[in-house]
Amino acid sequence: MLSRYSRRRLVNSINLIASLLAMAFGLFWLGWILLTLISHGLGSINTAMFTQMTPPPGSSGGLLNAIFGSLMMTVLGTAIGTPIGILAGTYLAEFGSRGILAPATRFINDILLSAPSIVIGLFIYAIYVSKIGHFSGWAGALALALLVIPVVVRTTENMLRLVPNTLREAAVALGSPQWKVITLVTLRASKAGIMTGVLLAIARISGETAPLLFTSLNNQFWSADMNQPMANLPVVIFQFAMSPYEDWQKLAWAGALLITAAVLGLNILARIFFRQKSLS
Amino acid sequence: MSSKQTEISKLSIRDLSFYYGSYHALKSVNMEIPDKKVTAFIGPSGCGKSTLLRTFNRMYALYPNQHATGEILLDGKNILDAHQDLNMLRAKIGMVFQKPTPFPMSIFDNIAFGVKLYEKLNRREMEERVEWALRQAALWDEVKDVLNRSGNSLSGGQQQRLCIARGIAVKPEVLLLDEPCSALDPISTARIEELIFELKADYTILIVTHNMQQAARVSDYTAYMYLGELIEFGDTDTLFTTPRAKATEDYITGKFG
Ligand SMILES: Nc1ncnc2c1ncn2[C@@H]1O[C@H](COP(=O)(O)OP(=O)(O)OP(=O)(O)O)[C@@H](O)[C@H]1O
Ligand SMILES: [Mg+2]
Repeated sequence: MLSRYSRRRLVNSINLIASLLAMAFGLFWLGWILLTLISHGLGSINTAMFTQMTPPPGSSGGLLNAIFGSLMMTVLGTAIGTPIGILAGTYLAEFGSRGILAPATRFINDILLSAPSIVIGLFIYAIYVSKIGHFSGWAGALALALLVIPVVVRTTENMLRLVPNTLREAAVALGSPQWKVITLVTLRASKAGIMTGVLLAIARISGETAPLLFTSLNNQFWSADMNQPMANLPVVIFQFAMSPYEDWQKLAWAGALLITAAVLGLNILARIFFRQKSLS
Repeated sequence: MSSKQTEISKLSIRDLSFYYGSYHALKSVNMEIPDKKVTAFIGPSGCGKSTLLRTFNRMYALYPNQHATGEILLDGKNILDAHQDLNMLRAKIGMVFQKPTPFPMSIFDNIAFGVKLYEKLNRREMEERVEWALRQAALWDEVKDVLNRSGNSLSGGQQQRLCIARGIAVKPEVLLLDEPCSALDPISTARIEELIFELKADYTILIVTHNMQQAARVSDYTAYMYLGELIEFGDTDTLFTTPRAKATEDYITGKFG
C-alpha cells in the first residue's frame, strides 16, 4: 500500500507524462507540415513571384495578381467585418444583461463562429453572385467579412467582460454618460485584447479557400476591379496544386509558404500585443 | 438622532430601505448627515455600509434588480425621485472605492476625464485644475514629472490618491469614501487621513471604515450599523466614550465583530 504522498506523486508524474506526450504528438505534425512546406516552397520563392502574373500551364510566372487580390479581399473583409463585430460585441457585453435580443444574438453568433466556411461561400453565392450573374471581388470580401464578424464579436465581448465592474462604476460615479464610459474607459481598457481578436480573424480568413471558390473565384490576369472575378492565393494554390504541371505545383507550394508565413507573422504580432497588455 | 441639532444637514435620510432583488439589505434607515463634516460608518462586514453609500449617488441604478424606497434629501430635494438626473447627482456626489480604479489612460487624463464632463477648460486652465486636484490629494510632488505615464503604473497607494484627486477635481459637494484605506500601508493611510481632515473645510465627507481608530481620528460623527439597521448615530466622541446601545459598545470594544 503506497502512502498517500507517494500515490499523489505517482499520479502527478503520470499526468505530466501524458500531457507531454500529447504535446509532442501535436507538435510533431505541426513541425512536419512546416518542414514540408519550407522544403518544397522555399526553392520557388523568387522575385518573379512578386512581379509576374499567374502563368498559363507550361510557362513561368508569378503570383502577383493572386497576392494583390488576396490582400484586397482580406483588407476589405476585415474593414467591413471589424466595426460590425466590435459594435455587436460591445452591445453584448455592455447592454446584454436584459432582454432576449442579446442571448439570441450570442447563440446565432456561436453558430456562425463554428459554421463551415463553405456554407458562408454558398450563402454569398446564392444572395449576391447568382443575382449579379458573375463572380466578383466584392462577393469574396463579403464572404470573408462574414467570417470575421463572429470572431470579433466573441473576442470583443470576452475582453469587455474581463474589465472589472468597479472600473465602470468609477466612471459612472463621476457622472459620465454610458457612451463615454464605454468608448473612453472600457473599450480602451480592452483595446489590446480586441486587437488580438482582429488579428486572429485576419489570420483565419487569409487562408480560407472555400468561401472564395463560390464568390471571387479566380482570375488569370491582373485585375484591380472589385466587380470582376479576382485572383487570390488560396484558390490559386488549390487549382495549381491539383494540376499535373510542375511549374504550377511549384508556385502552389510557394504560395502556401507565403500564406503560412503571413499568418505566422500575424500570430506573433498578436502575441506581442497581448504580452504588452499583460505587462502594463 | 443627531445629538447636536444645531448643525445644518446636507443629506436627510428618511425611512430608507434597500433591496437586492428580494433581499432586504437596509431596513428603514433614518439619519441627518451634517454639512461640511466627516461622518464615519462602522459595523461588521455585510451590515450594509457600502449599500447605504451606494444609494447616495444611486450607483445601484446600474443594476436592474436593485431598488431603494424612502427618501434621501440632498439640500432638501429627494434624490431617489425618478426624475432625478443621475449624472447631475453624481457631479455633486463623488465616490472613491475600496480598490483603486485608475482609468486606462495617463495620470493627467485620469483627472481631466471627469472635469471635461462638466467644464470647457482650455489647456492651461486644465493643467491648473489637475495640479490643484493632485496637490489636494497629496500626490503632486510624486507625479508632477510623469503626468503622461499610465495611471496603472503607480503604486496602490498612489493610485488610490489619484482616484481621490479625480473625485475632487470635479468639485463635488459630497464625497463618499468606501474603505479608501483598506489596501494601503500606514504611511499612505496617514496621508489620506490628513487629506480628509483638510477636505472637510469644503466638502461633506462620508467614510466607511473597519478601523475604529481611524473612525475616531477622522470623523465628527459616527454611525454604527448592524444587519441593515442603523443602531446608533451621534457625535464621534460621545459614541466612542459613552455609547448608548449595548451592541455599539460591544462592537467598538472588540467584544464582537
Ligand atoms: N450585489 C448584491 N447582490 C445581492 N446581495 C448583496 C449584493 N451586495 C451586497 N449584498 C448583501 O447586502 C448586505 C450588505 O452588503 P454591503 O456590501 O453593504 O456590506 P458592508 O457593510 O459594506 O460590508 P463590508 O464591510 O464587508 O464591505 C450583505 O448581506 C450582502 O450579502
Ligand atoms: Mg463594503
